[in-house]
This record gives sequence, C-alpha cells and structure tokens, in this order.
Amino acid sequence: MRKFFPDLFLLLMAGLVAVWWVTRPATLNTTEAVGIDYAGDLSKGGVVFNAGGCASCHMTPGQTDRKKLGGGLALKTDFGTFIVPNISPHKTDGIGAWSAMDLANAMLRGVSPKGEHYYPAFPYTTYAHANIDDIGDLMAYLRSLPAVEGKTAGHDLKFPFSMRRFVGIWKAIFLNTTTIVYDPAHTEEWNRGRYLADALGHCAECHSPRNALGGIVEAQRYAGGPDPEGRGWVPNITAKGLGTWSKADLSELLGTGFTPDFDSVGSSMASVVKNMEALPKSDREAIAEYIKSLSAIDGPPKPPKK
Amino acid sequence: MIRGIFVAAVLAAGLSSVAALAQNNTIAERQQLMKGLAQAGRAPGAMMKGEQAFDLAAVQASLKTFAETAKKAPSLFPAGTETGNDTAALPKVWSDKADFEAKWAKFGADAEVAQASIKDEASFKANFTGVVRACGGCHETYRAKKN
Repeated sequence: MRKFFPDLFLLLMAGLVAVWWVTRPATLNTTEAVGIDYAGDLSKGGVVFNAGGCASCHMTPGQTDRKKLGGGLALKTDFGTFIVPNISPHKTDGIGAWSAMDLANAMLRGVSPKGEHYYPAFPYTTYAHANIDDIGDLMAYLRSLPAVEGKTAGHDLKFPFSMRRFVGIWKAIFLNTTTIVYDPAHTEEWNRGRYLADALGHCAECHSPRNALGGIVEAQRYAGGPDPEGRGWVPNITAKGLGTWSKADLSELLGTGFTPDFDSVGSSMASVVKNMEALPKSDREAIAEYIKSLSAIDGPPKPPKK
Repeated sequence: MIRGIFVAAVLAAGLSSVAALAQNNTIAERQQLMKGLAQAGRAPGAMMKGEQAFDLAAVQASLKTFAETAKKAPSLFPAGTETGNDTAALPKVWSDKADFEAKWAKFGADAEVAQASIKDEASFKANFTGVVRACGGCHETYRAKKN
C-alpha cells in the first residue's frame, strides 16, 4: 500500500505533463517559416484573399463592402456562438500590429500572437496546407485594406469548449499541417485546383459530414452532410452527387451562382460565389477540374422531408 | 354537453388540419413560383453562355415572368408558413420582412427596366446579368442550402 500511492502520484504527474505537452499551442519553427519576411505581392495576395473566402466571415455584417473586415458576425453552432474577429489593419481593434509571422502562425497553425489556440471555426485546418509565400502575399493585401474601428466581443461557448487549451487535444486528433505538394501524376490545372480547394477555398469544411467532436469524417470528405451553420443540407460534391455535371457547369456555378437548371445557390454558398467570381476564370476552371475528379462516395443519409 | 365538446373538438381538429393544408399549399405555390423563375431564366442563361442563339422575344417573355413573379411572390410568405413542406425559406424572411420585400420590389423594377432597355443582342449581354444577380443576392440571406 505504501508503495502504491507514490506510483499513482507519479502516473498522475506524467499524465498531466503529457496533457500539457499535447495541448501546447505549437507555432512554426524557423525552418518552416523561412521566407515569411519578404515584402509580399499585393495582387497575388488579393487572389489568396478571394480564394480563401476571408470576406465571407470577416466582413462587417449589414453592408456590402467585402474589403471592410470589421468582423462581428455571430456563428451559432452546437458548441456555442463564435464571434468573428476584426481582421482589418486597425492598430488596436484589428490586426494592424501583426507581423506576417503572426498571420502565418494563425493560418498555418491556428495559434494567436498571444500564443493561444484558435477554435477551428476559423478553418486553419484547411489553411494549414497552404504555402508560406501565400501568407506573406495575403498579409500585404490585408494591410492595404481600410482600418475598421471596433473590437469584437468574445465567443460565447459552452463548457468545456470554452477552455481554449483543450483545443490542443482536438488539434492533436484532427489537425494535419502538411503543405500540399505538386502531384506530377495530374495536370497543372488539376494541381492548381486542388491547392485552391484544399488549402485555401476550404470547400470540404462544409461539404463533408462531421463527427461528434466536430472533426471531418475523412472517409466521407466532400460527400456532403447537414449544414454546420444550421438549417439545410450541404450537397455531396463527389462524382456521386454531381453526376452529369460538366466541368463547365461547375465553373459557371462558381462564377455566377447558377446551376445548369438556372437555379441559384443559397445561404453561405451565395457568399462563396462572391469570392469565386473575383478570381481569374482559369482558377474557377481549375477548381472545377479538381472537384470533378473526386471519386464517388456516399454521404450520410438525408433526413426525411418535413 | 359531452356531445357539444366532441363536436367542438372535431371541428377544431378539422379547422387546424385545413389551416395546415392551406399553409402547405402556400409553400407549394411559392416553390412552384420560384421554379418558374428558374425555368424562365434558362433560355436567356444559355444565350448568355453562347449555347443558344439570341432570341429577343424569348428574352422579353422571361423578363415579363420575372416582373410578374416579383409582384406576386411577397404575398406567398404569410405568417404561419415558416416551416413545413420541406421549405428552404430561412427565418429571416419573416424577421427582416421589410428588406425581403424591398429586394423583391427591386428585382421586379430591374426586370421592367431591362424590358425597356433590351432591344438587341448587345443590350441583352450588357443588361441581363445585372437583373439575375438579384437571385444570389436574395438567396444568400433568405434561402437555406438544398440539394
């Protein structure tokens, strides 16, 4: 008995250290961050901005200027309500005091300049696959936008999701930070489309079902599921769901919002179209090329009509 | 007395199912109306993409449908039709009714202006897209995702 207690104590301590280690907010190391100091290309940054869909969440609600990134939009989820932050270049209310490295850690690792985890409502799970050069370009672009006054309120989350440190456990399970590498087995266009969809556009964040912990069900990536933002159903966009859609049909939808039947997409997909229409046509075609190549997967069953 | 209660209950049940039916009919009617918009947009859409030859009469007919639909549509979203019959209408239709109706009015007015200004293929290509941008502009706020 006397021996048992110290062992238990040691075990407990080791467990705590392990949890502390696993949940630490890990930032980029110097090798990974090589090249982040360069000045950044404004026009390339604009493409990253539109492909990444930043404006859809960060633009000030209730107005139409996609360059006013005052934040404040409330995202209601099963975990609580997230309030989208101000990412305009305002010195105190926005990210005006950030370095490009701060932005890289936010987007590629989901860690704030204060060294805290971000919640994955911010889709760094996708951005983590992006090239660091794109972050430098994006920073240059963000700095060129108007500063918007007003600090946004904090999130209103349920316990235990309100404990940021625990996001570290979630990240250990669901966050994959490998940069997308060029796949020579496919065309240049396909590779560009894959990068745009899987590293910036974060299509799969909505077009995939999620498990109870809010992680994407990998086996059904792109196979659709219930709308994470509430009512409705997000379509399966693998070959299973797209069926006879042509590449031109898809690229038309991304550019105008119209389906082949001249139906017009709704909810946040209409906002996605506003990002996509600002991209070069070749980029929309590249995304269409990549999405058309996704092999047919059955998604989760849709609930009966009501 | 008991019979009176029974009759009243049957009447109430009958009335509420009639009301539910009417709601479902209204939802079905507006869904048909929206489908009519897509139907009307199809030919001009194909003309925009160059998949179909330009046809002024067909374009004008579509614009007429747009304008008429815009006048009729707001009345098909009465209180009590927020849910049911697989509606994709979002609660904002009712909580932001003034904006919802203003958007319909603008779409209708745009369609009427286009009826007057579209006289040939060049004016069609210059003006048609502006009219149908309203579809996405409204769906973003008022329509749930559907497939």
